[in-house]
Amino acid sequence: MTVNTADLAARLAKAVADRTAIDQLSGEFGELDLATGYAVQRELRTAAGPLVGWKLGLTSRAKQAQVGVSDPIYGFLAGANALDLGAPLDTGNLIQPRCEPEIVFMLGRDLAGPHVTAADVIAASAGVAVGIEVIDSRYRDYRFTMADVVADNTSAGRFVVGAPVPPAGIDLRLVGVVLERNGEVVATASGAASLGHPAAAVAWLVRRLAADGEGLHAGEIVFSGGLTAAAPVTAGDVVVASIDRLGTVELGCR
Amino acid sequence: MAVTDAPAKARALYEARRTRIPIPPFTDAEPDLDMADGYAIQAELVPLLLADGDRIIGHKVGLTSKAMQQLIGVDSPDYGPVLASTVYRDGDTVPLDRFIQPKIEAEIVFVLGERLAGPGVTVTQARAAIAGAVAGMEIVDSRIADWRIKLADTVADLASNGAMATSSQIVALDGTDPRLIGMTLTRNGELIDTGAGAAALGDPVAVVAWLANVLGEHGVALEPGHLIMTGALHAAVPMTFGDVFRAEFDRLGPVTIRVGGSA
Repeated sequence: MTVNTADLAARLAKAVADRTAIDQLSGEFGELDLATGYAVQRELRTAAGPLVGWKLGLTSRAKQAQVGVSDPIYGFLAGANALDLGAPLDTGNLIQPRCEPEIVFMLGRDLAGPHVTAADVIAASAGVAVGIEVIDSRYRDYRFTMADVVADNTSAGRFVVGAPVPPAGIDLRLVGVVLERNGEVVATASGAASLGHPAAAVAWLVRRLAADGEGLHAGEIVFSGGLTAAAPVTAGDVVVASIDRLGTVELGCR
Repeated sequence: MAVTDAPAKARALYEARRTRIPIPPFTDAEPDLDMADGYAIQAELVPLLLADGDRIIGHKVGLTSKAMQQLIGVDSPDYGPVLASTVYRDGDTVPLDRFIQPKIEAEIVFVLGERLAGPGVTVTQARAAIAGAVAGMEIVDSRIADWRIKLADTVADLASNGAMATSSQIVALDGTDPRLIGMTLTRNGELIDTGAGAAALGDPVAVVAWLANVLGEHGVALEPGHLIMTGALHAAVPMTFGDVFRAEFDRLGPVTIRVGGSA
């Protein structure tokens, strides 16, 4: 059976517009492969309007255990989905939002190539910041295969980025990460939770993009992967992500 | 109903520690045993250990995470004394056969600078009394077969403490927020888990205040130089012969142990 990637992308786009979860694609279309997943994502990317950067998924052990995989994946960040600091998250616009604390890299210059390492990523970064990613799977109950979630732009929903600080002198592997919801600690981690070092996760992305002749551009941001299990949120919740040496971002939900 | 024959139960735990043969949980035969009963047994056990020449050099606090509290079905931490004979240094080989079913937990350990006597101790007072922090690893162990513990069992069994290892450099807290101290735990160089100080009761300093206040109810104070183990920052990891565990803490540095064979 031939898979029409435009049709699959349209289903996902409709789920976003309808704010209604759909069944995972891979059941209906046999075992969807990863390349097809990225082809569907590319259709969505083309239609997404201005892009501001990239995001990594499945980089933490907690997250990998949650869905039973062992490789990272990536997606794109659409400018339309950025929340400003202090702006509320409208949960009514989403299907099943969950929040994750992440370390965000802001590129100071272009970075591309098949041999980029974590050190190159740090050298190319103008700043690093606390981020909260609001993931929102379009699949019912977050039930998906790896190809499904790649097609769904790695569950990207909304995102908010704190004020950046220069990365020099900060060991991002060791910085403490605390996620609170309504004043209660729901999870902790250190930066190493993302592939052993968040800059290594970004380096993985650059090498992966190089295979498609793409790379990172100055001014783009990269969400380097959720550092804890994602915390579900509903209207009325307040989520706070704190990362030592980087700062704190608060997100109110309505 | 108060616990029956606390001295005999304490003796059973003492023998289990000595022989490394675990015993069935007390709560099998007496399911109604509660936290107070556990402490009554612990209070009988400690003098038996001290009579062998050991001494108390601090305390451990356990059940400091919501996940552990839910597992045991309790909404507060528990505590037990730390004995001088169970303390290892950074780099030591820890003999596996000293224990029954040991697991590793990385923890922030505070060194007390001033006496702290509850009740009524605030988090601010606790912080002011802390001289500094060291990187710590607790080896938890249970003298209860297969870790089949209920609250009274683990409390009686010195809160399942087995041993501890700490780094030697005491780092003053100064401007540091211990909630945000990050930690990575590796086994044989492979990352196993990460965490931050806030995993311990939301704030490791709050653990010290809690401990001072519950001990204060029994007229016991925390003394200068005491080590306070503030609770695991991640899920406990079983130890296997030959493993090298390294817990590295931001601002505090690393503590490493090797798991050896015989004492």
